[in-house]
Amino acid sequence: MHSPAKTRRDGAVAAADTATVSLRINGDLHRLQVDSRATLLDTLRERLALTGTKKGCDRGECGACTVHIDGRRVLSCLTLAVMAEGRDITTIEGLAPPDELHPVQAAFIEHDALQCGFCTPGQVMSAVACIREGHAGSDAAIREFMSGNLCRCSAYPQIVAAVRAAAAAGAV
Amino acid sequence: MQAFTYARVGTLAEAIAALQQPHAQAVAGGTELLNWMKEGIAAPQRIIDINNLAGLDRIEVDDHGLRIGALARMSDVAASAHVQSAYPAIAQALLASASPQIRNMATMGGNMMQRTRCRYFRADVDLPCNKRRPGSGCAAIAGDDRAAAIFGGSNQCIATHPSDVAVALAALDATVQIDGPGGKRSVPVADFHRLPGDSPTQDTELERGEIITAIVVPPSAAARRSHYLKVRERASYEFALVSAAVGVDLDGSRIRAVHIALGGVAARPWRLKASEMALRGTLLSDETALRGALDKDFDRAQPGRHNAFKIELAKRAVIRALRMAGERA
Repeated sequence: MHSPAKTRRDGAVAAADTATVSLRINGDLHRLQVDSRATLLDTLRERLALTGTKKGCDRGECGACTVHIDGRRVLSCLTLAVMAEGRDITTIEGLAPPDELHPVQAAFIEHDALQCGFCTPGQVMSAVACIREGHAGSDAAIREFMSGNLCRCSAYPQIVAAVRAAAAAGAV
Repeated sequence: MQAFTYARVGTLAEAIAALQQPHAQAVAGGTELLNWMKEGIAAPQRIIDINNLAGLDRIEVDDHGLRIGALARMSDVAASAHVQSAYPAIAQALLASASPQIRNMATMGGNMMQRTRCRYFRADVDLPCNKRRPGSGCAAIAGDDRAAAIFGGSNQCIATHPSDVAVALAALDATVQIDGPGGKRSVPVADFHRLPGDSPTQDTELERGEIITAIVVPPSAAARRSHYLKVRERASYEFALVSAAVGVDLDGSRIRAVHIALGGVAARPWRLKASEMALRGTLLSDETALRGALDKDFDRAQPGRHNAFKIELAKRAVIRALRMAGERA
């Protein structure tokens, strides 16, 4: 339920507006009160200690904050937490059981598809979706459909190799 | 980001009522609005979440052609087998847009509502921009106008509209279906975005309280034989420097009818109506004749200091797009 708007006498909307939301993340239901301005990204990181999802540009340009909502890859920096209520959210923490690697994570290690690692959670979330969508059939397709995830260490050739290998192994 | 109240609406009537409130703004995918709010360029006090409006995400085919619900996601429209076969330029334009993540979020109605912009409009320091701060001047006219308009600009603003799919839709005579306090109406996509004139702050013909419900594209032989060509400075995830959407109806190898719209050259998708008339009866392989016909529109181009190259680039884009469309069975 959303709290009613607190309207001041002059008609302006009061500064703080909060809402109680229920977020289903990696299968767990979290009920919390959030500022209506809070992005899903900040809520994951600052409120729920799910810091695997990274905050890069915070403008939808770098892909570091990629998560899955209802099975589709989206940007958590451009999603308000209140808008994610009732949806099924998967973050990098929920991709595999604790202490296990998802096959795409294993492929990234195998192919040395990272240097600093900051973009990697977003790359992996995007790669899993890319393979599921059927867009990993060729290097050209992988490059095109992974273009929403930037890597400033420029590990792109290794990322393409990891995605290609994971797709070929039927990992997803 | 300025504080706002957030409300979800369940019906179109509720949405129209909510959007008539002062400082109210609809949100669907959020990929455009959230950035403007973070930058302080948009500061709505009421956010109306329209994602729960039932049925508005449908992609349907009826007697009028293709009906794309305003809440249909860009990726879903691009993946539609009917769109791919009967309106290939639309699918191509969508797949050339933004990134896969953004295409999963952004809606077709929201795509139309993207703001006409340039780098000065988006700058994080206060630079003259009549669109952002009315009366402050236009930094692009005397500055970096490489990406700016070559058609339809004014001494107030020379920004371009960023959408790819709007260019394909405008070429194929699509209409924007609108509902609002005054009832339903329909506006051609080619006329939906306003030229800057003396009031560059208002980007579209949408009035307060109105909402886009669908985009309708009529079926045609030219739509089946259509193509979208995007020229940009990166291979992916970049706005167009120029783009061309064409649809061609051929009589053998002669043009019976042709539709052409350009992107990246104006504040709206720019139809080349004079060229379209002049191209009738022309052989698709006769490049000299094609160039001559295109001059009917390009003779009126008004490039700035650094973007005259767009004239030749756009002509070549149209000619190549026509060839690609012609090769389609």
